[in-house]
Parts: sequence; C-alpha cells; structure tokens
Amino acid sequence: MAAVAARELQDGEVVFVGIGLPNLACNLARATHAPRLVLLYESGAVGAVPERLPVSIGDPALVTGSLMVCGMADVFQCILQNGRIEVGFLGGAQVDRYGNINTTVIGPYARPKVRLPGSGGAAEIAIHARRTLIVAKLGPRAFPERVDFVTSPGLRPQGRLRRELRMPGAGPVKVITDKGILEADDATGEMVLAALYPGVSMSDVRAGVGWSLRCRPELAPVAPPTEQELRLLRDVLDPKGLFLKQ
Amino acid sequence: MRDAVARFVHDGDTVVIEGFTHLICFAAGHEIIRQRRRDLTLARLTPDLIYDQMIGAGCARKLVFSWAGNPGVGSLHAFRRAVEAPGTAPLEIEEYSHFGMVARFSAGAARLPFWPLRDYMGTDLPRVNPRISSVTCPYTGEDLATVPALNPDVTIVHAQRADADGNTQIWGLVGVQREAAFASERVIVVVEELVDERLIRSDPNRTAIPGMIVDAVVVEPWGAHPSYAQGYYDRDNDFYVAWEDISRSPDRLTRYLDEFVYGVPDRAAYLEKQPHVARLKAKERWCAGVNYGY
Repeated sequence: MAAVAARELQDGEVVFVGIGLPNLACNLARATHAPRLVLLYESGAVGAVPERLPVSIGDPALVTGSLMVCGMADVFQCILQNGRIEVGFLGGAQVDRYGNINTTVIGPYARPKVRLPGSGGAAEIAIHARRTLIVAKLGPRAFPERVDFVTSPGLRPQGRLRRELRMPGAGPVKVITDKGILEADDATGEMVLAALYPGVSMSDVRAGVGWSLRCRPELAPVAPPTEQELRLLRDVLDPKGLFLKQ
Repeated sequence: MRDAVARFVHDGDTVVIEGFTHLICFAAGHEIIRQRRRDLTLARLTPDLIYDQMIGAGCARKLVFSWAGNPGVGSLHAFRRAVEAPGTAPLEIEEYSHFGMVARFSAGAARLPFWPLRDYMGTDLPRVNPRISSVTCPYTGEDLATVPALNPDVTIVHAQRADADGNTQIWGLVGVQREAAFASERVIVVVEELVDERLIRSDPNRTAIPGMIVDAVVVEPWGAHPSYAQGYYDRDNDFYVAWEDISRSPDRLTRYLDEFVYGVPDRAAYLEKQPHVARLKAKERWCAGVNYGY
C-alpha cells in the first residue's frame, strides 16, 4: 500500500501529510522518484526532511532542517485556504461509495458505539486540497455504502456536486487499498475498481466493500513493490515496523 | 506553580493548555488536578494525554476540541469512556475541526465575535455543533462558514524561555499558543529556563508572547514531560504508548494519578520518579546567528 501510494505523488508537488501510512508513502516518494516533494504537516512544518520516521505529525524531527515552521493559523489560512496544497493524503475508519470519510463516530453521534478522534485537519484538507488520495484497508465495516458520519466530504456531498457547494478542491480521486485501487468515476462520483494487485481477484475486493462495486472495463495491473522500495520501507524508513505492521 | 494555579485557575473556568504535540504543559495540568479544580471547560485542539488525565481526575465538565486521540498511538480512553457511556461520567463536548479551532482563537485574539472561513460544506460537523454557523459576505455574496470567538479565562503556555516579565520565546512547532494567549483573560507562562531580558532583546523575532499579556511566569524544567521541548528533550513516546493501557482501565488510571500526581507535591518530586528521562535529552543542532544591526 505504501509503495503504491508513493507512486501517486509527483516530484515537486506540495503534499499535506497525515500520520501513519501516508507519512511513510510520502517519505518513500521523496527517497525514490520525487526528491523535491514538499512535505507539509498540519503542525506547521513545511518542507520537512525527517531523519527518523516521525511517530506523530508533531514530531520534533519534522522541524530540524525544514524550510519553514509556521503557526497553525498560517497553515490553514495562508497555505491550505490559499489553495497551495496540491495533494491531501487521508485515511479513515470508514470510507464510502462516494469517497466520504468518517473519523468521528461509529454509531449515532450523541451515543456512539465507538468514539473516534474526530476531524483534526481532515475536513478542510478534503475540501481544499486540489486532489485527495485516500489510503485504507478493505473490509465490509471499513467500506460501507454510507459512512455513519461525514467528517471529510467526498464527491457527492448532500447529493450535489462539489462545485455547487463551492468546494475548491476536486476531492478524492483515488482510494488506495491493500488489494487494489479504486478511482472516482467522473459521471457518477462513485468509487469504482480500477486496478488489482498481483494475485488478487475481483471477488477478493468485492468481499471487502459494502456496496455493489462497479469495475472499469479494463483493470490495470499494479506492479509489485520493487526491491528498492521494500528495502527502503523495511530497513530505512520504518525499521521497527511501526506503521508497516498496521 | 502551586501559587499560579491557586491564584489564576478557578472552578468553572474555561482553561486552555495549548501546544500541538510540542510543549504541552503537563506540570500545570497535574497541579490543577492536585488542587482539585472542578467544572472546568477544557479547550484545546488536541486534548492529548493531559486532558485525558484531567477528565479521568474529574476536573472537566466540558471538552472543546478538534482531534481527541493519542497521537501516533491510539485512543484517549478516559475521554472515550465519558462519551461512549455518558451515564458514568457526564462530559459535554463541543467539536470543531483544527481550522475551526484555530479560527476561534484568531477571533478571540483579535477580540472579534466570530471568524469566517471557507470550510464545513458537505460535512456533518455543523449538524452536531450548532455553533458552527455561516454568514453572507457583504462584498462578494459568498456564503462563508463562521465559528465563534474563543476567549478562555486562563491560558497556560509552556515555552523554552522567558524573562521575569514574561517576554516568552518559543521555537520549533508553535501551534496556536500565540493566538490562545492573546485571546485569554489571564496567561500563565511556564518555561524551561528563566533568562535575562538582554537575551530576549538580542533576538526579538523569536518572542511569541510579550510580557504585557502575561500574568505569571513559572520556571519548571522538564515541565512538558512526557511531551517534548525542542532543543531540551524529546517526547517520551514509551509513556504515550503505556497510556493506552493505563487509560483503558479506570483503576489503573486512578493508580497512576495516585502515584504520579496526588502522590507528589510538585514537579521536582515527579521527576525523581522518572529516572529514565536523561535518555530524552536533546542533541545539539544550533542555528547560525543573524545580524540585527543597522
């Protein structure tokens, strides 16, 4: 997943990085094909070059050697709302058919079955980033037809187009999972299967999705991680397996 | 610290202990727990372990926040218990996103009633928080989201250094401490080091909070542990991981508070019970100086 996500990033882009796999993917991209990728964390570190895998998005290693450290008012007002973020990288407990993400509650808000952490910066990243990549493991509970709570809006907010609600960013363009890649269908705003990992069947993917998943007419193959990608992930970026094990 | 909390933190206050992962003043949180403050409205972007401890200790009536997790680890279980089973420990919540909380402090600091932002369209947050509202721009006609100003009764900021008047310098991640301090009625600054005014004056661009808005300066080395202070000590991540297990059980949480909060008179005694913190001491990475001459 981390290697596939890394390949989605282009050199020189400005990416708003979340913790966990997105963070690993961004640092892998920087170590391979995108050395000039600008990593920006909501904590205020801009152009971070962490010498160790940050354990959180507020890790001191993000500060040392970065291009800029700014306050969080600047992060959200002068950078994100200003339209400077090209890619937002989000994960979540639930992702639905239209790429809505829930990181707030499972069950009703007033009496949740599971209380999750909440938005953090995810709501506004999903609204403002020019495009959003979602990273999540497939599973029927993780990919319901409709999320219990819309923390980060997807492609048909309240049944409407994003531009009708004046949302500046394009929203989720891809969902990178552990079995394949879903892509947004332009006509319907629905997430459809676009690519399968080696050795994975279409029914494997369907078993992990809570709606009747449509497929592109031709599925693209996904190249397995290269030896270099694996070596970097396992030996250099996450030697303790902090995020790779998840 | 004892005097500052006794004098400036009262039952029923809205209390902000800010710091985004960095410079979270656990020393102040522990003192508030020890002095058994009650009915507090605790506000912070990321409640973190310190508010989980204060919720577990019964200090909080309400929590205002935007991301309530254990950063890089998992959950805040005292918070989750209070929200998932409201019968046991009622806790009112008022929830925003980070941008919303930042905007609330910005409005508070500027003494405006609200702050506009292009946010929340398509999300369920305004549905569960009626204080997230909207306004029509008088210039463009655009509908913009609004959040109300947050003006805490007291804000506590941990920093690397300040002089005796409270001119406070922070480096590394600066979060929303500046806005929170300016928004607040009272400000307590807690520092790793008290320095001479001449040192502050030698590098005025680094001053985040001017002494004119500061009510008390407390010197408390390692006062942010298990959080960190850039240039002084790293985060004690082992404790953040351990909190997952401690906070999961009300009994273990109570035992933790008994031993490390109620069981010690002050921060110095707390530190004596942390024999391994020396390993967290920061390595040296000095910046080049700048010329302020003219």
